[in-house]
Amino acid sequence: MLSYLAHRLASTFLVMTLVGVFVFLLLHLSAGDPAAIIAGDYATPQQIIAIRQRLGLDDPLLVQFGRWAFRVVQGDLGVSIFSNAPVSVLIIQRLEPTLSLALLTMLFAVSIAVSFGVLAAWKVGSLLDRALMGFSVLGFSVPAFVVGYILIYIFAIDLRWLPVQGYKPLAEGVGPWAMHLILPTVTLGLAYVALIARITRTAMLDVLAEDYIRTAKAKGVATRPMLLKHALKNAGVPIVTVIGIGVALLIGGVVITETVFNIPGVGRLVVDAISKRDYPLIQGVILVFSGVYVLVNLIVDMSYTLLDPRIRY
Amino acid sequence: MSAIAAEPAVRPTPPRDASLRRFVRRNPTIVAGGSILGVIALLAVLAPLFAGDAITMHPALRLRPPSEAYWLGADHLGRDVFARTVYGAQVSLFVGVSVATMSIACGLFIGLMAGYFRKVDAVVMRLMDGLMAIPAILLAIALVALTRASVSAVIVAITIPEIPRVVRLVRAVVLGVREAPYVEAAIAGGTPTWKILIRHILPSTIAPLIVQATYICASAILIEAALSFLGAGTPPEIPTWGNMIAQSRLFLARAPWTIFAPGIALALVVLGVNLLGDGLRDRLDPRLARRM
Repeated sequence: MLSYLAHRLASTFLVMTLVGVFVFLLLHLSAGDPAAIIAGDYATPQQIIAIRQRLGLDDPLLVQFGRWAFRVVQGDLGVSIFSNAPVSVLIIQRLEPTLSLALLTMLFAVSIAVSFGVLAAWKVGSLLDRALMGFSVLGFSVPAFVVGYILIYIFAIDLRWLPVQGYKPLAEGVGPWAMHLILPTVTLGLAYVALIARITRTAMLDVLAEDYIRTAKAKGVATRPMLLKHALKNAGVPIVTVIGIGVALLIGGVVITETVFNIPGVGRLVVDAISKRDYPLIQGVILVFSGVYVLVNLIVDMSYTLLDPRIRY
Repeated sequence: MSAIAAEPAVRPTPPRDASLRRFVRRNPTIVAGGSILGVIALLAVLAPLFAGDAITMHPALRLRPPSEAYWLGADHLGRDVFARTVYGAQVSLFVGVSVATMSIACGLFIGLMAGYFRKVDAVVMRLMDGLMAIPAILLAIALVALTRASVSAVIVAITIPEIPRVVRLVRAVVLGVREAPYVEAAIAGGTPTWKILIRHILPSTIAPLIVQATYICASAILIEAALSFLGAGTPPEIPTWGNMIAQSRLFLARAPWTIFAPGIALALVVLGVNLLGDGLRDRLDPRLARRM
């Protein structure tokens, strides 16, 4: 177990180093001079030279990378060109809405998707099963921003049940916070639900075909414990794996959903950074999001032994 | 001899529409997806003949609801939403097909190398792991942000995050057949390596790659629309579905058709590609079909 853990941590470190190299090179592989890109379209040559010296862009690339990586490891993601504030501070300021949205969506999506997947596998071939599979194709096909605007139109503009856009911090009360997050959560969760429900159904179908399920049925185990205790628990590994992989979907979706619903989160931050060409900020957000994704999947890998004691490292 | 030869000729050949009907019955998703895509592709290609003017602004007609002259109404600048939606299909389909072709081509080459040559494998797969750790939309956004917005920049930016997925697929197939007796026989017979790769290994990758290509196409169309929607995609003057939705979002309450027309078109195309992919997967790769 310990040696596996060490191995897994080493490969995680390697992957994150590579992500760091990619993110670092983003700016340097671009067509033009990084200093000119940072300075913007209307900069004078003197300004460009000043930026060049300030950022040490005349040093060899490897030296620049070493310096940059050394700072990043210490949590220093650089300074935003546009607002002159440290990138890490800007990200932390925007963390609450994004975390609220992402965690709520995970909770919503996993609970809905796993129950639907279990039901569909139990009643395979039924109307419910086919409806679910149809829905899952639809969930992959309708983009989040289209779903978002349809939901806003129906529930906020037409029926006036929910706020159109915006975000209320948790500090201002759970009620307004939750009301503002209902539509974004459903919007963001749709594709995630489709993905998890599909895999849950497949994994459950595999398990339900096993001999011990037949034995359980034969000795008279009731349907609910048979499905949940005997089958779902053993179908856990693929389900948890896809929940981890789906986090990439969630991160991409956060950027779009926050734009649709005008939520001032990290996703909005990166979109604004792009329109202002604020490269340190773009690099910082990508690093943080990728780090979260890699970390989640590391945790997923580690959880296999808890879900399935037969797996030993 | 003549009696035997004559026999098949005497048997009535099944009428053509019967075999077509059987194909439809056995592959409903291929037919459904193919028809949706076929119709939309035809509309996109023939757009100059019937769609009308997608560019000219008519300030007097701002946000006009759907009517006989403007089937899907007019947007906030008085442009014909129907014409813009039809022209938008051109960009979406072009991006989808280009990204699928390019990422399959690059991924196939890298995957063949990684799967067959062990030394290449270790390095390439670590690089791919690193690329895969960056969420696709973010990587595409960052790549587009580096260059001036153009359709070709968008295509490259969407292709790069898709390549690792193809590489992994091809590599897995290659590892599966590399030790097969017919490959060993070819090596023992002195067949040059490039010939082994192309003649004996490449064909096994074709079926899964066709399926993968449809999924990449669907995801590329979605990402292109998302990039345009976020303002990091095609230049705003090009009528794409993402641009249309982005430009109309302030008018959702007054003129919902300006958002719903491109939105539904986008969902339909992606649905068509996904259905086609699911159908092809069931037909070409029964093992995978059982898993999904």
